[in-house]
Amino acid sequence: MVRKVVRGFYSVAHSVKLCRPDVICAYPITPQTEIVENLAQMYANGELGNCRYITAESEFGAASILVGASATGARTFTATCSQGLILMSEVLWNAAGMRLPIVMVIANRSLSAPLSIWNDHQDSMAMRDACIIQVYVENNQEVHDLIPQAYKIAENRDVMLPMMVCMDGYKLTHAYEPVDLLDQETVDAFLPPYDPPIKLTTKDPLTFGCYAPPHCYMEFRVVMQRAMERAKGVMAKVFEEWAKHVGRDWGGLIAQDHMDDAEVAVVAMGSVVGLVREVVEELRNEGKKVGLVKIRSFRPFPTEDVRKAMENVDKIVVFERAISFGHEGPVATDLKAALYGYSDAKVYSFVVGLGGRDIPRSLIKGCVEKVIEGRVEPGCYFEGVKEFEEVIV
Amino acid sequence: MKYFFSSGHGACPGCALPIAVKNVLYALEGKCFVVNPTGCLEIISSQYDRSAWGVPYIHSVFENAAAVAAGVEAALKALGREDEGHVVVFAGDGATADIGIGCLSGMFDRNHDVLYICLDNEAYQNTGNQQSGLTPPGSNTTTTPAGKVLPGKVGKKKDMVAFALAHKIPYVATASVAFPQDIRRKVKRAVEFEGSKYIQIHCPCVTGWGINSNDTIKVAKLAVETALYPIVEYENGELVRVRKIKEKKPVEEYLKLQRRFRHLFKHPKGKEIIEELQRIADENAKRFGLI
Amino acid sequence: MRITLGAVSKPYTALKMKTGDWGTHWPKVDEELCTGCGTCEMYCPDMCIEVVKVGEEDGKEVKKAKVNYDYCKGCGLCAEVCPTNAIKMELKDIYKV
Repeated sequence: MVRKVVRGFYSVAHSVKLCRPDVICAYPITPQTEIVENLAQMYANGELGNCRYITAESEFGAASILVGASATGARTFTATCSQGLILMSEVLWNAAGMRLPIVMVIANRSLSAPLSIWNDHQDSMAMRDACIIQVYVENNQEVHDLIPQAYKIAENRDVMLPMMVCMDGYKLTHAYEPVDLLDQETVDAFLPPYDPPIKLTTKDPLTFGCYAPPHCYMEFRVVMQRAMERAKGVMAKVFEEWAKHVGRDWGGLIAQDHMDDAEVAVVAMGSVVGLVREVVEELRNEGKKVGLVKIRSFRPFPTEDVRKAMENVDKIVVFERAISFGHEGPVATDLKAALYGYSDAKVYSFVVGLGGRDIPRSLIKGCVEKVIEGRVEPGCYFEGVKEFEEVIV
Repeated sequence: MKYFFSSGHGACPGCALPIAVKNVLYALEGKCFVVNPTGCLEIISSQYDRSAWGVPYIHSVFENAAAVAAGVEAALKALGREDEGHVVVFAGDGATADIGIGCLSGMFDRNHDVLYICLDNEAYQNTGNQQSGLTPPGSNTTTTPAGKVLPGKVGKKKDMVAFALAHKIPYVATASVAFPQDIRRKVKRAVEFEGSKYIQIHCPCVTGWGINSNDTIKVAKLAVETALYPIVEYENGELVRVRKIKEKKPVEEYLKLQRRFRHLFKHPKGKEIIEELQRIADENAKRFGLI
Repeated sequence: MRITLGAVSKPYTALKMKTGDWGTHWPKVDEELCTGCGTCEMYCPDMCIEVVKVGEEDGKEVKKAKVNYDYCKGCGLCAEVCPTNAIKMELKDIYKV
């Protein structure tokens, strides 16, 4: 292992290379472009073995190419976000139903309109119902470590689902961080070659992607839900195995800090966790009984872990990076659903940093203090919004 | 199972699609991977636990067959398994010329080693005969119906042969279910080329066009004999072969057999459209030297 | 009921569907006129007419077209394309008065 200061997109590309993908599809979209550019350079230098690198005509084309490739038995990779993710959404739903373990990095970016190239979670949140595993990373070491784990999880025969590794666009993709770069030996010892239970082959012809009339469609969806449930156990095991293998423990489906005696839990996902962690430390030093719950796996939702973590908590602060219009922030919604009947804790959710709006430390601290001091009622609030007047023109 | 496509599928009696498919698979001796987007062929042949296919087959969504095929081809190359078989797409005209044209262009542009076969029944037949880019002018479809004012489709039949040639792919041809031996020969010839191949096969639709189930081949032959559907073959951009017409027939003989064109013989604008179709036929005959 | 991974199906499972009961007419092959040319087989959309060896004559194989009535939908294409008019479409017995 070599420690180097690299940008987030390099830490992704380097890790993908080590996983020995067979087919990579690329379509540019800010701020993911450099990931596929790095892979293209590796490909041009002959560093990717027999891998085929395809510049697709759109994200929709890219996802479709990977459906064909994955069904044929290839290990596949792509990266996208925002408009591209929504464009390929039809195919991703299809891939999930066809149980194809495509791994993709989502460089979380806001959704148009208005057009925004900056970071929030609206894109991957829009795909949360598609039966695709979603894990959110805090920093570039975590994303680097997660790629081999992602393949091991997705390709596990009890799972066989596509997986999104979500990293904040610009905030992580473009950030320079010191990263312990893995080597081929370490990854090879952890991740075996892709061995699908079924594939497209003339040696044993099968019909993939059949249509299911009402008398049997429902059972296919039940089976997918079961796969998601089984994924929880598989993920916990893979995370543990990885921690033993490289000596870096990122936690399970959630990670916790100072939760043993916490009265107020602060919940967050993605790169903002780094900032929340520091604010929690600061508040602890001021004698406040706060704790951090970092949600790593958003799908499958870590219901059991969350119930356990929140056992003795009175108040829960959630920092959202997306909003489900017409209702509230998706993380708080799912959290409340998981805790219903198990906890009386009051939930306060704050939607922050949409479209790359800066999230200053004072904002995070201010919100937590507001909740601790009872200056706000449970509910969902936009924070960090400027004064404005709504006009036509 | 020498046709690698079994009985028991749900196609309408007299449907041309299985005729095209069986002859293609026969020519390839079943050594192929089939990619098939949503449409009549997919629905009649790949119901869960009721598959008619004897070759590896994948259906993804409506508009991505060309891209999925590109992925299958790339995977076979990456895994060193190209010798297993040819990658073939069977797609309808809607999936090819309309909703799937983006992916098709990308696949052709990258020149993937894929044989793309468009089964042209000239409308979205699986959903009940809605117009597509390959629907000929004057057709009565449910989205371009003949009414008091409009005489059916007002517009052209997209030239997908020109589209394919524009991408400079090595092999482009048209064919018809009227001549299955020609389909077999063209398939065998096409796979001798490395790169993308496009064959557009004219497939009359009993239900959508409104013909008798036993008239499929007669109608297909007339489309060729009137020069409305020229049978051509291009290799590396050069026109190398056409099917000459022994006795060119007037388009009315083709049109009058089909319910979708019957209104042209009564509608106030009908005569104009028949003349337009005759003009198209004459131009085809001249352009490709069919007589 | 068996639910497969990603709704994959095994080959030829369509054979369960005996489409032979669809039509009102079935083809009858007059073996005197049939030359075993295989034109009907080439055109049949349902793979239910096949030229098979029925015997030998003067050391040569005698082949005739045989219909599989389990699947024949009665479209009539075989009768239309037969070059020797050896096939006639006949009303099925169950519809005869």
